Amino acid sequence: MLTPLWLTLKVALLATLLAGAAGVALGWWMSRRRFVGKDVVDAVLLLPMVLPPTVIGYYLIVLIGRNGVFGQYLDRWFGINLIFTWQGAVIAAAVVSLPLIYKAARAAFEEVDGQFASAARTLGAGEAEVFWRIALPLAVRGIAAGLMLAFARAMGEFGATLMIAGNLPGKTQTLSIAVYEAVQAGNDTLALELTAVISVVCIVVLVISGRLLQARH
Amino acid sequence: MKNLRRRWRAWACCAALSMGSAAVHAQELVVSAAASLTNAFQAVGQAFEQSRPGARVVFNFAASGPLLAQIQQGAPVDVFASADQETMDRAATARLLADGTRVDFAQNTLVLIVPAAAKQSPRQLSELTDAGYARIATGTPATVPVGRYTMGAVEKAGLAAPLQPRWIYGESVRQVLNYVARGEVDAGFVYRTDALIERDKTRIALTVPTAAPVTYPIAQIAASKNATLARDFIAFVRSAPGQDVLQRFGFSRP
Repeated sequence: MLTPLWLTLKVALLATLLAGAAGVALGWWMSRRRFVGKDVVDAVLLLPMVLPPTVIGYYLIVLIGRNGVFGQYLDRWFGINLIFTWQGAVIAAAVVSLPLIYKAARAAFEEVDGQFASAARTLGAGEAEVFWRIALPLAVRGIAAGLMLAFARAMGEFGATLMIAGNLPGKTQTLSIAVYEAVQAGNDTLALELTAVISVVCIVVLVISGRLLQARH
Repeated sequence: MKNLRRRWRAWACCAALSMGSAAVHAQELVVSAAASLTNAFQAVGQAFEQSRPGARVVFNFAASGPLLAQIQQGAPVDVFASADQETMDRAATARLLADGTRVDFAQNTLVLIVPAAAKQSPRQLSELTDAGYARIATGTPATVPVGRYTMGAVEKAGLAAPLQPRWIYGESVRQVLNYVARGEVDAGFVYRTDALIERDKTRIALTVPTAAPVTYPIAQIAASKNATLARDFIAFVRSAPGQDVLQRFGFSRP
């Protein structure tokens, strides 16, 4: 029963880091640039939030499957197979939680007063320095909130994960999938135990994140 | 105003008519059937509906294990058809079946398939230990009958330990079929009738002998509110027209 828990925490943590890096970079970029079709790019980035997870799973199979658009080259050139691996589960969870971080980061960056960045530039700061020393520290609370939401979403990920990583006990069976299998098998005791575990973990995560956000006040 | 009232009246008439027609179709039969029966039972259902005007068959296809779990939790199912005796035995033990309605109606065989593009195919089970078969798919043994048949055959061949790290478990036999057809796994265990559906994308490597034959039992659920229609459906499945349809999809008589 602890194996699915550790796997879930590992997958959710790595997915949050992956989606965090991509989401913050995209949010920063989208908050500063103006170009034709920006709305469309924004919609595409938010798509994983509104599409059914099974559709995301199917997209990923078509893209990174062994015979997929990119997957066939990963396999041929590097011998990398993502389907049925926990790394595949990380990618699935990262994709579905990316919009939560991107949306939060973009809003946080847009709220930062542009005068601070302008002032920094007149004092000789480069763009990288503006990002690391001005924009990021000022937007960090919004981003942290986005990261917590993304972590929670990644922990509960089911549909895309089941399609990409399958249901391999000990290898890719996360808590949500273990609950599903227990119910399917009519094993109510196990389902109840797993449900209790995931509920307790989620409450702990929410309480800790609430404390962290309050402490910054 | 008058016009509006007339329009309302027209709507009310339409609503009443559509509800009336719904009442005519009230004879709706819910059949939970093993995933491997998907295509064959859809055709059987159509034939049954043609022979019984007014009757409508609604299918619920999944692996036999989850179907049993749904019935245990009180799903309004009239007829249950599983891909193995064990699942039906569990239904009988749980007193879910109507007495005297359980009967075998079809037979299948377990086969080992490989993607059509595969360069090699195993000629016997023991060749699955070759490095070329790193991923082998079958159903989750706890809930999917094809997984149980597979584990039985593999244990009998003394291959349980070497193949253990290679298994990829599917939610139903059709997911196993899909994994092989997409080339995501190197080989997979399905029924012969499934392999025939993906003839272009998969290739049968060998027929796997099973300890017990793969027979499909069907039974009426005790809690069914359409007992007569349920028994008629079971009788139709076993009749000559029903068996013809099943044979067209590769099933044989039990």
